Amino acid sequence: MQPTISWRSFRMAAWLGWLIESNWTDPFLFAVYSIVKPISGAAILVVMYSIISGGNFDNAMFPYIYLGNAFYIYVGAVMTGVSWAVVDDREHYKTLKYMYIAPIHIPLYLLGRGVARFVTGSIAVFITLAAGILFLNVKINFAEVDWLLFFVTLILGVVMLALLGLLLAGVTLTVARHEGFIGEATAGALYIFSGAIFPLDVLPEWLRPIGYFMPTTYWLELLRRSLIGNVAEIFPTLAGFSNLEILGVLFGLSVLFGAVSIWVFRYCDAIARERGLIDRTTNY
Amino acid sequence: MEAVSRKYSHKNTGWRLFLATIFARAYPRIVGQQREISWLVFDLIMPMLGVTAYVFVYRALNAPEEYVGFVVMGGAMTAFWMNILWSMSSQLYWEKEQGNLALYIMAPNSMMAILLGMALGGMLATALRALVVTLFGIFIFGVTYTVSSYLQLFLVFMLAMIALYGMGMMMASAFLLFGREAWHMANLAQEPVFLASGFYFPIKSLPFWVAAGASIIPLTLGMDAMRQLVFPSGFQFGFLDVNIEIGILLVLSISFVTIAKFLLAYIEKIAVREGRVTESRR
Repeated sequence: MQPTISWRSFRMAAWLGWLIESNWTDPFLFAVYSIVKPISGAAILVVMYSIISGGNFDNAMFPYIYLGNAFYIYVGAVMTGVSWAVVDDREHYKTLKYMYIAPIHIPLYLLGRGVARFVTGSIAVFITLAAGILFLNVKINFAEVDWLLFFVTLILGVVMLALLGLLLAGVTLTVARHEGFIGEATAGALYIFSGAIFPLDVLPEWLRPIGYFMPTTYWLELLRRSLIGNVAEIFPTLAGFSNLEILGVLFGLSVLFGAVSIWVFRYCDAIARERGLIDRTTNY
Repeated sequence: MEAVSRKYSHKNTGWRLFLATIFARAYPRIVGQQREISWLVFDLIMPMLGVTAYVFVYRALNAPEEYVGFVVMGGAMTAFWMNILWSMSSQLYWEKEQGNLALYIMAPNSMMAILLGMALGGMLATALRALVVTLFGIFIFGVTYTVSSYLQLFLVFMLAMIALYGMGMMMASAFLLFGREAWHMANLAQEPVFLASGFYFPIKSLPFWVAAGASIIPLTLGMDAMRQLVFPSGFQFGFLDVNIEIGILLVLSISFVTIAKFLLAYIEKIAVREGRVTESRR
């Protein structure tokens, strides 16, 4: 495979994805759309928290929940961005078959399609964080933020999520289009095992190992530690590990999940080609 | 003449055609789900785990056990909202993109019957999802239900469903006029509605006028009334009296179904007259 083909596949897919995501309306409505959805998602948790705590936002639990939820937006956005491209191209625009015969690299094309969701997801994360800092007393001291750790973790996590999206894209190739979104459904399931909005210690003991096996658990922990280290370290789940150790675990699990994702995609891709599923439409 | 007098040449009209249309549109959806059961994983099990996360948030906050019940009920009811959003409202737009909408409008059947068929066809997955979440709540989280009035509970549920599916039909018409925006509008109607309608907390916790405004969505009052009727302490968290909520749901049911009928007739009219609604614009 020539590097130029790889880069071209990724670049053009990213641009195409961005146009599909953003040009359905005028910029104002797009901005409103980008703000309302994430803020509402965060507000559900804020209301739940405030009902029970009586509006005490100074408790360490609040920034734990809020930041975990804010960064978790990436999980749904990136995984869905990559996997939904299969349904969109195959069943909506009916162009997936042409993509397959074009001189492009399909996995990189699908990963490129996820870039648009990463961009809109980043806007959502930024807005959610800004709302938390401005209106909900989420205390982030920017002078004390470990920016190196933050960006290394963020980039590593996004790559890991994109590869998980590729795994789901492979699965999507082999299944029919039902009402749901595989990426969002999987993100919903991971929500429980990643310590996103509650510490893993709240889970029954027999379920916790699943959480310890998920790279998203370490990813979210490191993001919290890089932003509000003194608060995040209060929770006992990963208190015995240093930042570097957690980063090592995150890297190892990302490589493992990445390798599995690529293998699953290749396997499903071969099945889809063999069974003629590349141009199948399922309109129940 | 001989051909039209044969067994299969008769034409259904009136209510027979209405029922036949409902069945015809529900059939592929039901059969399709049987032919490939991957939806069980992605539409049933995984969203259930998402609901479970909210239960653990309440557990982490040491909330009273009633709240676990509220989340489970809200989680079960999301299935119905998702059904009208993705399998009814935006489905008509998807049908347009696939080229089926023009056939629906050309055929001598009612569009309402088509939408009801979609709803009925999707009801298998929807009802199963709601049931599984409810049973999950009972057996895993120990949620207990103590029904204070079965009659009121039945009335509330049925009226909420009629109003909700009436709303779904209205939205389907509106979504057709949106074009490509339909998909995004459906996407946008998830979290904000989960928030405003109190899917995971009592609606009474929101400011009065916010809760009153959100009552336009039938599930808001439907869930509030059901929570009051099935949880012993539910009345403490009720937004309005159950009888008042039943009255409002009745008004919503009649209004939404009537408006939906007019809107669908309007869509059909402009589709025939202008030929634009059925045109796929990508």
